[in-house]
Amino acid sequence: MNRRNAESRGDVANCKLPIAKSQFAFRNLRFEIRRIANPRQSNVAPPGLRCFLGDDPRGLAPPATECRPSGATLRRIRCILVVLLVGLCAGCGKPDPNTIKIVSSLPRTGSARQQSGTLVNGIRMALDESDEDAEQPGWQVAGFDIEYRDMDDATAIAGTWTSERETANAIQASQDPDVMAYIGTFNSGAAKVAMPILNRAGLLMISPANTAVELTNPEFADPRELAGLRPSGKINFCRVVPGDDQQALFAAEWTKELGFQRVVVLDDNEVYGKGIATLYAENCERLGIEVAYRDSIDVKSQEFRSLMTRIRRYEPELIYFGGTTQSKGGQLAKDMVEAGLTCKMMVPDGCYEEAFIESAGARLNDRVYVTFGGLPPSEQTGAGLEFVERYRQVHGVEPDVYSVYGYEAASAVLEAIRRAGKKDRAAILDACLGIKDFSRGALGTWSFDENGDITNSQISGNAIRDGKFVFVKKRAAAE
Amino acid sequence: MLAAVADFSPWQQLAQHCLDGLAVGALIALVALGYTMVYGIIGLINFAHGDVFMLGALLAWTMLERFGLSGGSSGVATAAGLVAILLAAPLFCAALNVAIDRLVYRPLRDAPPLAPLVSAIGVSFILMNIGQFWAGEADRNVPAPFASHNLLGENAAVQIRSVDALLFAVVVPLMILLTLLVQRTRLGRAMRATSQNRLAAQLMGVNVERVIAATFGLGGALAGVAAFISVLYNPTVNFQMGYQNGLYAFTAAVLGGIGNIPGAVLGGLVIGLVRSLGTGYVGERWTSAIVFAILILILVFRPAGLLGRATKEKV
Repeated sequence: MNRRNAESRGDVANCKLPIAKSQFAFRNLRFEIRRIANPRQSNVAPPGLRCFLGDDPRGLAPPATECRPSGATLRRIRCILVVLLVGLCAGCGKPDPNTIKIVSSLPRTGSARQQSGTLVNGIRMALDESDEDAEQPGWQVAGFDIEYRDMDDATAIAGTWTSERETANAIQASQDPDVMAYIGTFNSGAAKVAMPILNRAGLLMISPANTAVELTNPEFADPRELAGLRPSGKINFCRVVPGDDQQALFAAEWTKELGFQRVVVLDDNEVYGKGIATLYAENCERLGIEVAYRDSIDVKSQEFRSLMTRIRRYEPELIYFGGTTQSKGGQLAKDMVEAGLTCKMMVPDGCYEEAFIESAGARLNDRVYVTFGGLPPSEQTGAGLEFVERYRQVHGVEPDVYSVYGYEAASAVLEAIRRAGKKDRAAILDACLGIKDFSRGALGTWSFDENGDITNSQISGNAIRDGKFVFVKKRAAAE
Repeated sequence: MLAAVADFSPWQQLAQHCLDGLAVGALIALVALGYTMVYGIIGLINFAHGDVFMLGALLAWTMLERFGLSGGSSGVATAAGLVAILLAAPLFCAALNVAIDRLVYRPLRDAPPLAPLVSAIGVSFILMNIGQFWAGEADRNVPAPFASHNLLGENAAVQIRSVDALLFAVVVPLMILLTLLVQRTRLGRAMRATSQNRLAAQLMGVNVERVIAATFGLGGALAGVAAFISVLYNPTVNFQMGYQNGLYAFTAAVLGGIGNIPGAVLGGLVIGLVRSLGTGYVGERWTSAIVFAILILILVFRPAGLLGRATKEKV
């Protein structure tokens, strides 16, 4: 025991002092030269080299009993690796006091690519419009050079976000001292992965698309889970989209208004889908709508005919699916029609994209209702309408429903940088969470509440007609 | 649109679940045959087989879109289009499977068994990427070439759609033909001989490589038929459909006794039924767990599978 301690102490000394290290190497070199010059005396290797080699490769030296080849050798190799790695890191990442990096982590491959693309367009538009010096390349805000990096949290094979990629992105961002804001994520499940990592780093995370309630609101979250998402105890996550509690309530009220008495509630067993479906079912029961059956689907399944056969027994007037296009929303709607069910279907904003209609074809017409935590571009007024027109000018296409949230999230980050006025993660985070009555973006005037939720929650109801989403109703009241 | 189904009794529900299960099971069985035949003859689990099925489905989808077949086309045009696809998809899959064998597995014929196995996984990824390039990442909707009616009457509680009938009308004769081919023809005898002992078969004058190629071709053709029918049965394609179907088909092959042709069919039908009834009476989210739990149970009590015969080590 004692000897091992002494050994490791000696090691540490060797590693910490580069001079000792080079002396060690030099001694070995000298020994090598001596060996070549005078082969007869070469059978005594210096102890350091003998440990390193484990055993004398030439079989000349007596067996090295005084050193343990495994422990000592491994530690030594590890030391060298650490020294090399530290050197590499110090060489590449020189922090520039005038550069602030903003990163986003969104699914840039896979079927959510279209939505994340319009989000990134929105982010870039906000950066372009805040640029204080158009002459200089890049963006300048509040005297800082702003760099933006668009990271992907999806893989082509998975076709959707993966926790490995999201973890890697979050670690990379938190370890880069220039990164001051993390815009993301798109999927609430991904947010749960990134939040604790970014929280430890005290880095501002602002989401343009996560709607799961348990990410922010202690009213709905398990306190232990929420504490796990915020290991430092400080809030670092905020979002510019309304939480699912608002959307689920709206969906349940709409169901009642449409006169449906009995519903079946399904979800995809993911953070977002299961969360919103559970809230919807609770709201339905409170409003006196019968929830006849509740189940989660296996998203790897290719078809749901048997599930629909089972659902026929409950004779529902509406099937609610909490999930996204990527988690088989389109396939469920298709199988509902194919299995001979005559009821309608309601889905949340995770299915509010063209890909949802494409995946199920014409059979969805007049059968599907879609809720969305925001207003579609066609219903925007004021600043929102201006944004839609600018987007059309810049990109030549209609903005997608999410574009405005990318724009708003980036605008909030830039506002926080302006208010903080210095390159400091804590100051920028506080400035962002402290935003009150912000009106420079496109969503109207809003603030962040004490949980990091946006106070201005617009929600709209849409239907599918003639292969298109058609706006039906909205609830724009701020609560 | 169908009128509201007034009455759906528990018995009718059971019947519907069995029908759904048999239909899905028959499709799984067709793919499983490809796994089991290749395993029987060269002892390779061809993990790329599910993805050959997927590419066949993509071909069927592309052709259906190109032909512009929809419920409104004339009967003759529709029938001609369908027959064209029914020939093209199996040919394509057979050619693909033979090509894979020729390019990837044949050079590794005498390599240790892990080498072709890992190569099969690699081929599977390559095919999946081709599929992704072909159809994109999202689910694609396949246009229905003909309007599907309930053969039991529009308002009957139990549904047998025309597609379901077509499925059984194609799959059942195909299986009978395959059994006849293996049991009665010269090629079938050569296949059985090769599977029993490749060297001995070669010594008896069997062109072993040609028999192996024929087996790959046959397995591919069955996957092609399955792909076409599956696209009609469940009009969705995506580049990952081969993975899930392949997994179930492989499970079916193991369940029935890998290398055993009737075993693969039985395994496919059992898995289809278990999935359908599991969803119907236990819960959709448990279905996969039930299927694999049954697989484990059967393999514990009958390690060679349902119809497999335990092979004795020859000394």
